[in-house]
Amino acid sequence: MENLSQLLEMGGYARFVWPSFGLTLAVLVGLLVVSRRALKGAEAELAALQSAIPGRLQPADTADEA
Amino acid sequence: MHRFANPTRFMRLSAALLPWTAGAALALIAAGLYLGLFGSPADYQQGESVRIMYVHVPSAWMAMFCYTFMAGASAVGLIWKHPLADLAAKATAPVGACFTLLALITGSLWGKPMWGTWWEWDARMTSVLVLFFLYLGYIALINAFDDPTRGLKAAAILALVGFANVPIIKFSVDWWNTLHQPASVFKAGGPSIDPSMLAPLLLMGVGFTVYFLWVLMLRLRTEIVAAKVRALRLRQVRSGAPATPSGATPLGAKG
Amino acid sequence: MDRFLSLVGRDLHLAQRHGFDSLLVVVFFIIAVVLFPFGVGPEPNILARIAAGVIWVAALLASMLSLERLFQTDYEDGSLELLLLAPLPLELVVLAKVAAHWLTTGLPLIVAAPLLAVLLNMNGAGFAVLVAALALGTPTLSLVGAVGAGLVLGSRRGGVLLSLLVLPLFIPVLVFGVGAVDGAIGGFAFRSPLLILGGMLLAALALCPWASGAALRQALG
Repeated sequence: MENLSQLLEMGGYARFVWPSFGLTLAVLVGLLVVSRRALKGAEAELAALQSAIPGRLQPADTADEA
Repeated sequence: MHRFANPTRFMRLSAALLPWTAGAALALIAAGLYLGLFGSPADYQQGESVRIMYVHVPSAWMAMFCYTFMAGASAVGLIWKHPLADLAAKATAPVGACFTLLALITGSLWGKPMWGTWWEWDARMTSVLVLFFLYLGYIALINAFDDPTRGLKAAAILALVGFANVPIIKFSVDWWNTLHQPASVFKAGGPSIDPSMLAPLLLMGVGFTVYFLWVLMLRLRTEIVAAKVRALRLRQVRSGAPATPSGATPLGAKG
Repeated sequence: MDRFLSLVGRDLHLAQRHGFDSLLVVVFFIIAVVLFPFGVGPEPNILARIAAGVIWVAALLASMLSLERLFQTDYEDGSLELLLLAPLPLELVVLAKVAAHWLTTGLPLIVAAPLLAVLLNMNGAGFAVLVAALALGTPTLSLVGAVGAGLVLGSRRGGVLLSLLVLPLFIPVLVFGVGAVDGAIGGFAFRSPLLILGGMLLAALALCPWASGAALRQALG
């Protein structure tokens, strides 16, 4: 218990240390989520387009990722 | 189809690599965080605030690494007209900008207890601030054109011009800083860094690099898929079908 | 060389017909500087301390204002494409247009600067160095700006975008320009910052037309 509160206090620097780590993680996770969501969105769009267009129009090399 | 030959190989390669980079990045950063927060001693001078170093220094490394990578990819794109290189430069910019912003903010959070001010116009922080502006200019330029390939080409030239200017800017900021040396600056960084501190620092540095590769692959895949979507739309229009929003069924697609 | 001079002459002639533009730049420069006493107060000592920096920052902004139009009109009316096909290398075309730009905006700024230095109560020791530093620095600004002006051709929001691209690259000129003037006033060596400004001008002269030419090619290609 004492250990935990000691850790949280960070020797009096808690209000500088924790925001640094928290913000870093928040930005990295946020960037990751945004990038993933953009990929999923683009893939969904491509899939919709390809299913809407029959055979000949579909470039051969996109088939494996659809 | 020649233009798509390399991107196709990349799609296959990145699909195989993605889970590995994701796992490695998470493991490395988790280990670095653990050692940085619990497994390393406090500095005898700076106390616990030295732990900010474990996120600040790797962020600053990545800020410079990403810009170098971006300029290198732009050069490859300009010289060899490699379609993936331009897209890689574009995909790098937001990641680099995020790391630069993190370096600035965590530096400020470190500076407050050490220097007594949130912002010190010291040479390093000022250079990183200018680097942040260079990233912003690059991102703004790449998104300013209706034709995406125009944006890519213009931004590639800007990345190289900016990269050539980085040493000049660094030199001028150093010179300016020695001219206006503030008296209160506490010079951080002792003679040598303790191994118990080096381990989390390196773990975080490598972890951030692998994280960069992970996000880079995600963003590159997005760019390639988006390019395919654009190409398909264009074919649709050319083959006489009405330009359809996604999901609608076009007519006369057989052409 | 004849072709080069005739291109400079053409641009100067065009600028003269819109003579208003270059006057506007100078008026902007003066107003921007005059705003500072209202912002920081009329105390002579404070104004004298910041004079060099204020004049340089205002000169930076003023020369940037006119950069957007460097290639814009030629791009829109198609004469830039003709210049691309002309026997004169594109790099020299850029240099000619930069020369005309500097003559119509940079030079008037240099003429107006001592007047503003008087208004800001700048120490007399700095006047000559201020003019010399501006004479060495403003051509560099025009050259670096020409790269940005080429890059933003055909983009949305060209003007604001241009400032975002170009202002960070202006920082070294600002640092050494102000450093030279402050050095002269404070009695330090002002030669080395002036030499560095000259070196930057030479480097920009060698590299910027090339980069700007590449930007124009991709804009038209």
